[in-house]
Amino acid sequence: MTEVTVYVPRDSAARSVGADQVAERIAAAAGPRARVVRNGSRGLLWLEPLVEVETPAGRVAYGPVTPDDVEDLLDAGLLDGAGHRLCLGPTEEIAWLRDQTRVTFARVGVIDPLSPDDYTAHGGLAGLRRALSLAPEQVVAEVTDSGLRGRGGAGFPAGIKWKTVLGAESDLKFVCCNADEGDSGTFADRMLMEGDPFTLIEGMAIAAWATGASEGYIYIRSEYPDAVATMRAAIDAAYARGWLGKRVLDQDFTFDLFVRVGGGAYICGEETSMLESLEGKRGTVRAKPPIPALEGLFGRPTVVNNVLTLGSVPMIMADGAEAFAGLGVGRSRGTQVFQLGGNIARGGIVETAFGITLGELVEGYGGGTRSGRPVRAVQVGGPLGAYLPTSRFDLPMDYEAFAAAGAMVGHGGVVVFDDTVDMAGQARFAMEFCAAESCGKCTPCRIGAVRGVEVIDRIVAGENRSANLKVLNDLCHLMTEGSLCAMGGLTPMPVRSALTHFPGDFGATSEEERR
Amino acid sequence: MEDLGHVDPAAIPILADELNLSKADVHGVVTFYHDFRQSAPGRTTVRICRAEACQSVGAAGLVEQAKNRLGVGLGETTPDGSVTLEQVFCLGNCAIGPSVQVGDRLYGRVGPQELDRLLEVTA
Repeated sequence: MTEVTVYVPRDSAARSVGADQVAERIAAAAGPRARVVRNGSRGLLWLEPLVEVETPAGRVAYGPVTPDDVEDLLDAGLLDGAGHRLCLGPTEEIAWLRDQTRVTFARVGVIDPLSPDDYTAHGGLAGLRRALSLAPEQVVAEVTDSGLRGRGGAGFPAGIKWKTVLGAESDLKFVCCNADEGDSGTFADRMLMEGDPFTLIEGMAIAAWATGASEGYIYIRSEYPDAVATMRAAIDAAYARGWLGKRVLDQDFTFDLFVRVGGGAYICGEETSMLESLEGKRGTVRAKPPIPALEGLFGRPTVVNNVLTLGSVPMIMADGAEAFAGLGVGRSRGTQVFQLGGNIARGGIVETAFGITLGELVEGYGGGTRSGRPVRAVQVGGPLGAYLPTSRFDLPMDYEAFAAAGAMVGHGGVVVFDDTVDMAGQARFAMEFCAAESCGKCTPCRIGAVRGVEVIDRIVAGENRSANLKVLNDLCHLMTEGSLCAMGGLTPMPVRSALTHFPGDFGATSEEERR
Repeated sequence: MEDLGHVDPAAIPILADELNLSKADVHGVVTFYHDFRQSAPGRTTVRICRAEACQSVGAAGLVEQAKNRLGVGLGETTPDGSVTLEQVFCLGNCAIGPSVQVGDRLYGRVGPQELDRLLEVTA
């Protein structure tokens, strides 16, 4: 009797809807006939728990599988990849997945995340090996040529940042990975860390080699206990294999990597607050300049990049800058890992080249709302991103096109709301959130957010409307221009976009709307 | 902190002395982060996500339901010390919300009945 491999995701999203129980039931019922591997999630989150079976013709998917379905599935011939009402056919041929361009997420959901052998068998380490055969300057040039921009939201060219760190004189430099993914509607960092942690380790090692750094930190938010555990286990495994530590891959290169866990402060996703927090202090924002690339962690030159930025580097080094730069539009090169969430029928990870329209993502991949009601608004780029109406579904996902429309691509998160949403409430929430999470260092953000909530309340109540609308507008202008960092600087974006596109929700009279 | 679940204010001068920092520095750090508490939490902490993605699928209703059922507000602990109710902004489960975290364990697609079941088990 041959043993059949069955994949049940260990991703915390899959576990949140019962993947552990499904895995236990399969292991118990199938006994020695099955080998259960806990893989990452394929990103088709509405189908979780998504169970896959290895067959001679490739992997066959079933989902969403509840623990109570397991017996029935096994009776129907799950281990042979037989038909069943939950059978989705060969995984690679599911249209939703097939039509994507998986680059950063190529291995997520495919491999056992904590198996170094699986990793290398699927192309892992090719990027680091090639990087180590090149001079640091050449690696920086390659990353610059790829057009890779920071995936954390700001979109700053990664190669330029690295070049600054490489050129800085210091006997000690750091690489810090920002894994404080606090934006609502974003979960790709978490899924990469849980589904393919070695990719992040490899990307950080490449960054260290390219910039002359010897120490790295991954700052993970405390809300992600599974990602913390997976990253720690992967780092231990990488040390055991000689992928980290002294003489990485037997080359004259030392790189030590550590995980640090956040304290539940949203602002620590801002790079300078994150550095303060890593130093053990209150996570307050630093004024720039000096930029972290010159004076970062403990005052030393530091690369600070997001998980997806660093996670894209191994592929760029393995396949060359041209392969990456060949994807995308304008100055937005490569792929972006879009995350569809909120009130959406088919939510999950859509990795595809820049340039896809917002409508294709929400209506095409997403299938509209989960509630079945019409889509009214979508928020793109996290809590500090703009709310857009369906009339803007023609917008291509491209940093510059979004900026021109008064919105931002940000981290690629898309949150969908149906027609029951109250946009004045959402605008108020943006201010309320800013008031709760502001670090307090600069006045426009600390005080402005509190005043913002009050003013919106007055507008909705109809108190002195035109004067208060002017106050809100002035306040938004002040916060945008006067705040130290993006928290205060961008909070006006959801507020203003809600006001622009949905004035009726703020109690606007029909006369005002006509004006 | 991870073992005790909170930082007793009485421990602040000791920590400051040990770390060669001022009491103000230590107090500043303890009060800055949401995760640092100055009093012991309940035996189980239930955190309900109130961020945008979960709002769009009914998180506000869950918060009200939990408050009513437990008889406490956000950030408070039930009198018997069994449950601390907290809000959280994003658990990274935005495609299959509303999301609730019980201890370290994440739950997705939490409807009113599921929440009742979770609170029953923890109480």
